[in-house]
Amino acid sequence: MSEEKLSGAELVVRSLEYMNISTIFGLPGGAILPAYDPLYDSPIRHILARHEQGSGHMAEGYAQATGELGVVIATSGPGATNLITPLTNALMDSTPLLAITGQVASEAIGNDAFQEAYTVGLTMAATKHNYLITNAEEIPQILLEARHIATTGRPGPVLVDIPKDILNQKVEWIEPKLVDLPGYKPTLEPNPKMINQAADLIKKSEKPILYVGGGIIHSKANEELFELATKFQIPVVTTLMGRGAFPDGNELCFEMPGMHGNYTATTSIQKSDLLIAIGVRFDDRVTANPKFFAQNAKVIHADIDPAEIGKIREPEVPIVGDAKSVITGLIERLEGSDLKTTDWINELNQMKKDYPLSYIQEEKGPLKVPFVLEELQKLSDEDAIVVSGVGQHQMWISQHWNFTQPNTWLNSGGLGTMGYSLPAAIGAQAAYPDRQILALDGDGCFQMTCQELITASTENIPIKIVVFNNGNHGMVRQWQKIFYKNRFSASELTHHTPDYVALAESMGATGLRMIEKSDVKKVFEKMLEINDKPVLVECIVDPEDMVFPMVPAGGSNDVVILNEDDLKKL
Amino acid sequence: MSERILSVLVEDKPGVLARVASTISRRGFNINSLAVGPTNIQGRSKMTIVTELESVEQVKKQLNKLINVIKIVELDPENTIESEVLLLKVSINKDTQTSVIEKASLSGAKSVDVGSDYAVFEMTGASKDLDKLENLLKPFGIIEMIRGGRIAIQTKL
Ligand SMILES: Cc1ncc(C[n+]2csc(CCOP(=O)(O)OP(=O)(O)O)c2C)c(N)n1
Ligand SMILES: [Mg+2]
Repeated sequence: MSEEKLSGAELVVRSLEYMNISTIFGLPGGAILPAYDPLYDSPIRHILARHEQGSGHMAEGYAQATGELGVVIATSGPGATNLITPLTNALMDSTPLLAITGQVASEAIGNDAFQEAYTVGLTMAATKHNYLITNAEEIPQILLEARHIATTGRPGPVLVDIPKDILNQKVEWIEPKLVDLPGYKPTLEPNPKMINQAADLIKKSEKPILYVGGGIIHSKANEELFELATKFQIPVVTTLMGRGAFPDGNELCFEMPGMHGNYTATTSIQKSDLLIAIGVRFDDRVTANPKFFAQNAKVIHADIDPAEIGKIREPEVPIVGDAKSVITGLIERLEGSDLKTTDWINELNQMKKDYPLSYIQEEKGPLKVPFVLEELQKLSDEDAIVVSGVGQHQMWISQHWNFTQPNTWLNSGGLGTMGYSLPAAIGAQAAYPDRQILALDGDGCFQMTCQELITASTENIPIKIVVFNNGNHGMVRQWQKIFYKNRFSASELTHHTPDYVALAESMGATGLRMIEKSDVKKVFEKMLEINDKPVLVECIVDPEDMVFPMVPAGGSNDVVILNEDDLKKL
Repeated sequence: MSERILSVLVEDKPGVLARVASTISRRGFNINSLAVGPTNIQGRSKMTIVTELESVEQVKKQLNKLINVIKIVELDPENTIESEVLLLKVSINKDTQTSVIEKASLSGAKSVDVGSDYAVFEMTGASKDLDKLENLLKPFGIIEMIRGGRIAIQTKL
């Protein structure tokens, strides 16, 4: 190899180029400054966020939209601590992320130096793995390892902390070796014995349900899932993270179960005799009280992460493996069998007719989020990517948007991080400059990271933002209505509310507003025409609307609250 | 509930102990004993973790997720040899000196330092034997006691 010596900083940039990273997100500062200098000459696109939390969510949005590694870079101390939320978010939602942070000089570590934080310690429980580099020669190898860990097995965030003196250290580039970690060998191929047992159970089942989640999307197994479900006529429910893994609108798709899932999806699991759980983790938002969850069902649980299997529910058939291989194996073993599920499917379809998701949009009344969403979907592209915040609007989107493709629904499922939507949408648009990226956000969430609007305009990232302004932390208000006797402690946002249109314009975006039903189509048409800069639509919606169905936390999925009147059941 | 002994082979890298300890405490697991030390293999350390958990399966899985954890074996108590080291400093005086030393040595402890008003014993053995020694010497006034944590090895190949 070359004899020329490179600085650690140059090695960082060169390693990123070596790994074909084309876009990174970040914000500079003292300890990471050496790395920003070679970045200046690099073909890598660096998107300057206005807050490190934003840069982290951008990298997540990029990763979730593409299924590839997202990269974020930050300085020591506050730069690193500001990344803790997106790192934890990525850990919960299994998003492949590489975070590179500057650290104070090696000799100052432990001395409470200026902008020193114990980044490796602070992020130990927020990452899949992390590193502190102690010699610049290790940089290429460790960055390659970090990518390997982040993107394989169950994906997740990996952080690499690099002291400033190491960034300045001059060494030779050592060609990285193939990554081989003695303690990290994810099992991808399932045990054929387990596949056989699973297939036997499926053949015997009369009321099977495919309960699938984010694992299908990470594994890019949606086509295999489609074949499994349609060939053998097995109904499917998709978790919040799995929306888009199986196409809504298909007669076997019953969409999202759980706390705010639809009645049929939630009930199908309760009535099922066999849960075929793939790439899901029996999250409490799905199961409610696990004691009452799917009591009549045997469980096949397949996941790439062995620690998920048996964590909440002991399955009859545990399968460790990649979803794609598991499903392919099941299809092979089931070949030629004829499941008798017609009655079951009819029963579920009848239930769907009897208990539809509903809302009432009055001609002159306040706008309802579900109505606005359905109008927007009519006008937007099939492959538009929808990026949500956290709260009522998130649940309504999951309920009312028709997701037909994987990676078109980005949201913060596990951690429920308000402020995720806008920056994640920027990340998604950075990956796909020509697709429609719709950040559909709540007014509370938007105010958490709205400074990133300026990032979008500066970088010519024409995301389309809809702020559902109900003047409230709507989901909090809903809980206060139900559980706290209408005592709206600290959930109202109306006392001083920003002028969202003026705010958008001041940040170089176009601002629009919709108030009544007759505005909706016009304003969205206008919004979708603007492709040279970000556009924000303030959509003023009914503050009193509540999300139903609902199964209260810790309750039983046998008792689904369908509407306000039903609250008496509680 | 009976005890479960995990023998955990890890990469000898900075922070491994912190990762293991944090994984255990984060999930609300309790540990009775944890000992770490080098092995005969370069770059590998062994941790012996003793718990009383029914949920030991989940602990194993969570620990296995750590990149620096190479292998976890749950030892079968029937076929396991356990050992622990203890250092104990006890007060003595002219009247008690002989009987303290005698009691300790009958229990298998070795006196490593004896002064006019104190004696230090060292003992290696099964944890319950160390417990016995402690109980035996308690009446004389234990000044300080340190135990090294339990280590264990499978007897069969
Ligand atoms: C960072 C963070 N803080 C607090 C919460 C708790 N929380 C969940 S939903 C919600 C309200 C969200 O309000 P808004 O964005 O207006 O959405 P809406 O429910 O009104 O649609 C709050 C405060 C959270 N999820 N994340
Ligand atoms: Mg709101």
